[in-house]
Amino acid sequence: MSKTPGYRRCYPGTQPRHLHPPYVSSLKRAPLQPLVPLPHTLTEITGPVFEPEIADVKASDLTHQHAGEPLGERIVVSGRVLDENSRPVQNTLVEIWQANAAGRYLHSKDQHNAPLDPNFTGCGHAMTDSEGRYRFVTIRPGEYPWGNHFNAWRPAHIHFSLFGPAFATRLVTQMYFPGDPLIPYDPIFHCTDDEKARNRLISKFDWENTVPMQALGYRFDIILSGRECTPMEAHRHGEKS
Amino acid sequence: MSLHTTTSQTVGPFFSIGFTWLYRENLAGPAVSGDRVEIAGRILDGEGKPVPDGIIEIWQANSQGKYAHPDDKQEKPVEPGFSGYGRVPTNDEGRFHFTTIKPGRVPGPDRKLQAPHLAVSVFTRGLLRRLVTRIYFPDELSNKEDFALNLVGADRRGTLTAKQIDGRPGAFEWNVILQGPGETVFFDA
Repeated sequence: MSKTPGYRRCYPGTQPRHLHPPYVSSLKRAPLQPLVPLPHTLTEITGPVFEPEIADVKASDLTHQHAGEPLGERIVVSGRVLDENSRPVQNTLVEIWQANAAGRYLHSKDQHNAPLDPNFTGCGHAMTDSEGRYRFVTIRPGEYPWGNHFNAWRPAHIHFSLFGPAFATRLVTQMYFPGDPLIPYDPIFHCTDDEKARNRLISKFDWENTVPMQALGYRFDIILSGRECTPMEAHRHGEKS
Repeated sequence: MSLHTTTSQTVGPFFSIGFTWLYRENLAGPAVSGDRVEIAGRILDGEGKPVPDGIIEIWQANSQGKYAHPDDKQEKPVEPGFSGYGRVPTNDEGRFHFTTIKPGRVPGPDRKLQAPHLAVSVFTRGLLRRLVTRIYFPDELSNKEDFALNLVGADRRGTLTAKQIDGRPGAFEWNVILQGPGETVFFDA
């Protein structure tokens, strides 16, 4: 069997440490033993493959999943999924979930005293196209209080889950909105040492994808781990690909 | 110039809204070949409390040791109807349960075969990034020579091996201890 290159390790400071005391839930859940470095094998360089048919085309428009329209500000959230080598990640599954415009999740454990919206579930999914592009139509989620510390409020955010081409490229993250005054106070946002890395979690207002008379656009590009070197490079270094 | 991987963030407590549509607690239908296994356990925090808002994802080869993925170039058959992917939430008691087939051996470093294993991702509120671990089977002689198990000190290796449940062939218990005594081995993968 030929040796296929593994995936790159993340650049120092760009990923959270497991134990992040300002985020109180990490205190009893973060492992305390050091992680064991694992060279990538066939197990890690492969991963689940989802056929495009698995995705329901209606799932990318969260404003049309019910009889009526949800309350709140319609937005278009779109972007590209690329790897660290700037190559588009094609046909990969992107899942999102979020609170409604009032800051309430459709979840039995969410006890925030804000109304549910019978026309909004708050989840969706889509497959990226051949250029790595995805696009969702949704409602701008509301901010909401949480119990982390006194008067703690989460900034508005949308949860994103991506698979990429391999077990090694799995990523779950959150997208924030530009200008949100709660961002400076949020311990989850502030989980990395690298300021530029966390600021990349903030989407950009997207004029080009703003739909006239209909919805503001926000752009959020997502980068997944890339190959350590391409098969072409490996070939040059004398390995058979 | 290279881009940097997007910062990971926690799944939070309400991920089931987004994840439920793809729950797969039975990875292998009746037509899939291989020895049936059933794996049950709990996710526990540093105080031994169950984690009711957790989820694990499984990635595994088929019974021949072949992954259903284009980068697995081995000349072995893929199994129709078997993707090798599972997604299993915990319940209010922190328990999870899934059924699948025991995977075959897949190549590891230096062309040596790895012992049969399942790759596992763990997500919960409180985890800012996923945890990666593996499940091995207790009755495998090849565990002794498995490179990943040998990366781990003998005192902690047992956390990666499921326990056979007495009197129930094919039924195993495997727990995820996030922190503290008996902490599960997690890999930087």
